[in-house]
Amino acid sequence: MHPLAAHIQAKFPDAFIEAKEWRGDLAITVKRHALHDVCRFLREDPQLDCDYIVHVSSVDWPDDEERFEVVYEVYSIRKRHRIRVKTRVPEHDCEVDSMTDIWKGAEFMEREVFDMMGIRFRHHPDLRRILLPDDYPEGYPLRKDFPVQGKGWRDTFEFLQEEVP
Amino acid sequence: MGLIQIGKHDKDGELGVITLSLEKAVNWARKGSLWPMTFGLACCAIEMIAAVSSRYDIDRYGAGVFRASPRQSDLMIVAGTVCRRMAPVIRKIYDQMPEPKYVISMGSCATSGNIYDSYSVVQGVDRFIPVDIYVPGCPPTPEALFDGILKLQDRIMQKRVFTTQPAQLKA
Repeated sequence: MHPLAAHIQAKFPDAFIEAKEWRGDLAITVKRHALHDVCRFLREDPQLDCDYIVHVSSVDWPDDEERFEVVYEVYSIRKRHRIRVKTRVPEHDCEVDSMTDIWKGAEFMEREVFDMMGIRFRHHPDLRRILLPDDYPEGYPLRKDFPVQGKGWRDTFEFLQEEVP
Repeated sequence: MGLIQIGKHDKDGELGVITLSLEKAVNWARKGSLWPMTFGLACCAIEMIAAVSSRYDIDRYGAGVFRASPRQSDLMIVAGTVCRRMAPVIRKIYDQMPEPKYVISMGSCATSGNIYDSYSVVQGVDRFIPVDIYVPGCPPTPEALFDGILKLQDRIMQKRVFTTQPAQLKA
């Protein structure tokens, strides 16, 4: 196992699920309830020292019981290593803790995940849609059960009706 | 030459009087002085910029003064993919342009949505604004855009100026 992954596993033996390494990229999977603690450890531990959040993304696995996967990718500018932290979320309760108190930069990226995939972030300061309009009626477009052509929003132009004939 | 058909009256040997319909004169003035709106939405805008620059020189057709304000322009070149969220903005800008106004839909995306058959991409800008000329291509070359402008100029010459047009043609 990667020494950093072993270091995290030693600290969180119960929450740690697995570590994968592929072409030099380390990805660890943790349980949802411990995600915030793991991320704080990543930020504050001197050996890990991950001070930069690269990206927050999400994956939809429609056949799995815990359907959604939230992925945080963090980087240490001083130590020059990169760790990807994944956690699984079930559909009926798709909510994870927000990391905005650890990395301020996570705010917009978490909003994007909420916008496109519908995963809510607990204690997020401003959880609104970011790419789609606030009154977008069709749900969450990045989910696998969302039709590619949408549900008619792209063909309805409400502003055309306002015109005086 | 050949911009406008005129009749010369030179009975007395002196070249002094030309006759033509006022309508043609107005249309000739309009077509030779198009003021496009800079409206690049995607990669087609790069070709549009190339068309403006010195190598291709859109100014040869009198359509070189790109304005940043819709109130100062009469030709809207919609260059690029039209997302649904952009649609109200395009419509508002179109409504702000003074008459007479013309629209060129540049490229496959603005014309039909191209490959982007997705929830967020409008399948053709003509769904919410009237389009005069469609320029095909992905992206169209500057020459293709010029062809569209020349065809628009032909079309402007066909317009009626002093009589009211039927409602279905007015758009």
